[in-house]
Amino acid sequence: MNSAFDLVIGLEVHTQLATETKIFCGCAAKPKAGQSVSDLLPNSNTCPICTGHPGTLPVMNRTAVEYAVRAGLALGCSIELKSVFARKNYFYPDLPKGYQISQYDRPICGPGFLEIETSKGSKKITIQRIHLEEDAGKTVHHSGYSVVNLNRACVPLIEIVSAPDMNSPEEAGAYLRALHSIVTAIGVTDGNMQEGNFRCDANVSVKPKGSKELGTRTEIKNVNSFRFVEKAIEYEYHRQIEVIQSGKKVVQETRLYDADKNITQSLRSKEEAHDYRYFPDPDLISLQLDAKWVEQIKSTLPELPHQKRKRYVEEFGLSAYDAGVITASQSLSKIFGAALGLVSIRNLEVKEFAKGISNLLSGEVARLMNDENKDLSESKLNESHLVDLISLLKKNEISSSAAKTVLRSSWESGEEVNLLVEKLGLRQVSDLSALLPVIEKVLADNPAQLAELKSGKEKLMGFFVGQIMKLTGGKANPAMLQNLIKEKLKN
Amino acid sequence: MSDLPRHFSAIHESYNEKKISPAELTQNYLSNAKSSRHNAVLTLCEERAMDRAKSLEKILKSEGSVPQLKMPLFGIPLGIKDVLNLSGVRTTCGSKILENYIAPYSATCLERLENAGAIILGKLNMDEFAMGGSNENSAYGSVLHPTHSDRVPGGSSGGSATAVRAQLCAGALGSDTGGSVRLPANYCGIVGMKPTYGRISRFGLVAFASSLDQVGPMANSVRDVASLLEVMASHDSKDSTSSPKAAGEFVRQSQAQADWKKLKVGIPKEYWIGGLSPDVQKSLGEALTFFKAKGATLVDISLPHTEYAVAVYYIVAVSEASSNLARFDGVRYGVRPQNAKDAGDLIEFYEKVRAQFGAEVKRRIILGTFALSSGYYDAYYLKACQVRRKIAEDFELAFKKVDLIATPVSPTTAFKLGEKVTDPLQMYLNDIFTIPVNLAGLPALSVPCGQDQSGLPIGLQLIGPAFGDEKLLQVANGFEKERSE
Repeated sequence: MNSAFDLVIGLEVHTQLATETKIFCGCAAKPKAGQSVSDLLPNSNTCPICTGHPGTLPVMNRTAVEYAVRAGLALGCSIELKSVFARKNYFYPDLPKGYQISQYDRPICGPGFLEIETSKGSKKITIQRIHLEEDAGKTVHHSGYSVVNLNRACVPLIEIVSAPDMNSPEEAGAYLRALHSIVTAIGVTDGNMQEGNFRCDANVSVKPKGSKELGTRTEIKNVNSFRFVEKAIEYEYHRQIEVIQSGKKVVQETRLYDADKNITQSLRSKEEAHDYRYFPDPDLISLQLDAKWVEQIKSTLPELPHQKRKRYVEEFGLSAYDAGVITASQSLSKIFGAALGLVSIRNLEVKEFAKGISNLLSGEVARLMNDENKDLSESKLNESHLVDLISLLKKNEISSSAAKTVLRSSWESGEEVNLLVEKLGLRQVSDLSALLPVIEKVLADNPAQLAELKSGKEKLMGFFVGQIMKLTGGKANPAMLQNLIKEKLKN
Repeated sequence: MSDLPRHFSAIHESYNEKKISPAELTQNYLSNAKSSRHNAVLTLCEERAMDRAKSLEKILKSEGSVPQLKMPLFGIPLGIKDVLNLSGVRTTCGSKILENYIAPYSATCLERLENAGAIILGKLNMDEFAMGGSNENSAYGSVLHPTHSDRVPGGSSGGSATAVRAQLCAGALGSDTGGSVRLPANYCGIVGMKPTYGRISRFGLVAFASSLDQVGPMANSVRDVASLLEVMASHDSKDSTSSPKAAGEFVRQSQAQADWKKLKVGIPKEYWIGGLSPDVQKSLGEALTFFKAKGATLVDISLPHTEYAVAVYYIVAVSEASSNLARFDGVRYGVRPQNAKDAGDLIEFYEKVRAQFGAEVKRRIILGTFALSSGYYDAYYLKACQVRRKIAEDFELAFKKVDLIATPVSPTTAFKLGEKVTDPLQMYLNDIFTIPVNLAGLPALSVPCGQDQSGLPIGLQLIGPAFGDEKLLQVANGFEKERSE
């Protein structure tokens, strides 16, 4: 980061709501599990309403409203019992009516906030508003012609707008990850960035350090991964500083991020900012929510990731890091909860097991997810594997490196931990009666080294441990060995 | 031609007495339509109508008589303003841009008419996208007045009014945004009603100004208009502006005896300011005298914000229209360049497509775009909405004192084709009588009340309070019936 310039970031996230049907008509919004409307044959998932035929009218999807309220409640937003729909007017081939029905000055959710954790600590990011709107179709440009697919037109979206409170790519990434985990945890969206149902636009500007005035901002649109958002912002930060330092002015414009080259490129000039001529949509009467209904929705909210994180730290003594990693993932949270449940059923020590399990999850499991680019839910690992592993570790029946081997195996095959330990011959020998004779033999067989060790050369401990491990075929418990050898030396 | 039964009840009687069959009647009306020179019909649905008629005949045979309760519009031939969608049939909205558009679905109100037994004969000519007051703005040529062919029939539902009066159909639907049903009904000497906003579903009505548009029944008698309204008016879940209070007993109420002695008729001073042609003045004066003679009380009232109504209308309506007509971009339907090489880039493509709008439509789209644009929105659109509220409040206050309001529909009878109204007062009055009603969302109708010296019809407008459609029809029916006694 350039110490002379502050970076200011505001993020707008569009997320597709996981409703059965589109926002204003009965066409499917969710054809099949794992399928998006864009996967269907082009223009096969449409009707006169979502293709803007003359004489058609929009009718509000109740579930879409419910999900928007849910999202607002989960993000600490005020819920506006009366909100208004507005037409955002512009011409483009994939916008069937020539206007998008959205919300302008009376959105359904007012200000809220999101707490993020970064290497610098906690920070509260203000969310300015959330509003409901319809999606447009998709245009694909070929050489000499373009094609329009309206399968996606009229699918419900919520737009979540943050205040320009973020000041580093790390904070932006943390915000997006936290936001994503919340909206997916409450079930209002599938949040799949690759399929385009969690899109992020970043508004980036720089200003001289400490200055109160904001600089000209550019908008980086439709970056489809958190990592790329961070990189795009990083690039844009430096680019804008360069522009300013060369005596020029930053142009207010829209830019696209090129992941291959790691640069942003100008898309269109925002100098002539489009005049959308917003006015209240006369076909939709204003939305009036019943306060009781909102309360009812609130009561159905599950425990949110940040609440869970706090509880894990306070109740189970997890480290903030472990709690953060676990609650950021649906599957990790799920398995952790299930594992603790199993621990109680087996009448084991919850707090001790919680720590052990969380270490496994934030360590080896997270590593496996990353290395294999697979979510935990796609592996064969379940909570009994975790609990069994921790049981064995606590009883010193396996070493920590053996545990990693077994875990990787269970991840692949789902095989029961105890069976794997036997199969792979990983059971550690911690039995004194088995170890002592071996120790005595090794000490007796190596008098020279024994003398050096006794004279204070600590290094040689490793030599003896190694020899004993060799004789036991690697099964001796290395941690125990050191203490046993030391005991023997006293005699 | 004039032997054809005109009124719905007469048609049903003819069927019951086997004087004529549904197919024969339909055939006769279709012949009238085909041979007429009025240019009122844009698309004739001969085959469709005859198929319908024949299947109705089967029902008549098995039922023995017209099933009045189940199908109140049994075998009634109707014409539909070409602004409503009928599945599989062309809808042009009087525009070149939709010359080839075949509707993929039917408007709710048309489904209801057909379920009630009506026979739709065809789609009727209109001012392009309902913008105009004389039906001279159609891309398919002007419509002629039904009895005086050098005159306009009024607009924008000119084709509908002419068709009913010239017996090309027994009843018709028009649409009314600023007077487009009442004005042509008035010029052509038939009954035309704009119901309370929200009574008839707008699903399937090509939108001009969404907060003002309403479908309007047009026929030869108040009773027939009430019949059409009753079949169409009830809540439609496909239209979010459709009122839950939509349904009503319009026919029965319209036929009930009007209680003249209890009736208070408001005479708004801002509407009776002179400027009426002598014949119109005389005819309307006689109408008011009739009310007095029957024992009704005429009450002087004031609607103080009337003078702003035209300005408000020409901002609100055109603003909504500029947005509603944005969908006509040639991408999904409508007439467009056929070859990619003729199309040019995106902007050139749009220009070629939208050049097909007529001059009046272009004018209003540009005006509406301007009124909504950044920097002007507050001064024009927002302000107009606020004044609109005031206009509506004027009526609310007035209806605390009176039951109905009586006004002229237009200052003159039908003018000549091509004749431009140059007198500013007349231009103003041409709009001011009808527009405020749409701004306030109230029900109003035009009922024939006389003729001028050349036989051109003169109509009286009656305006009711919101959802006062039944009372309105009752008084109009009484006026129609008892005046001829």
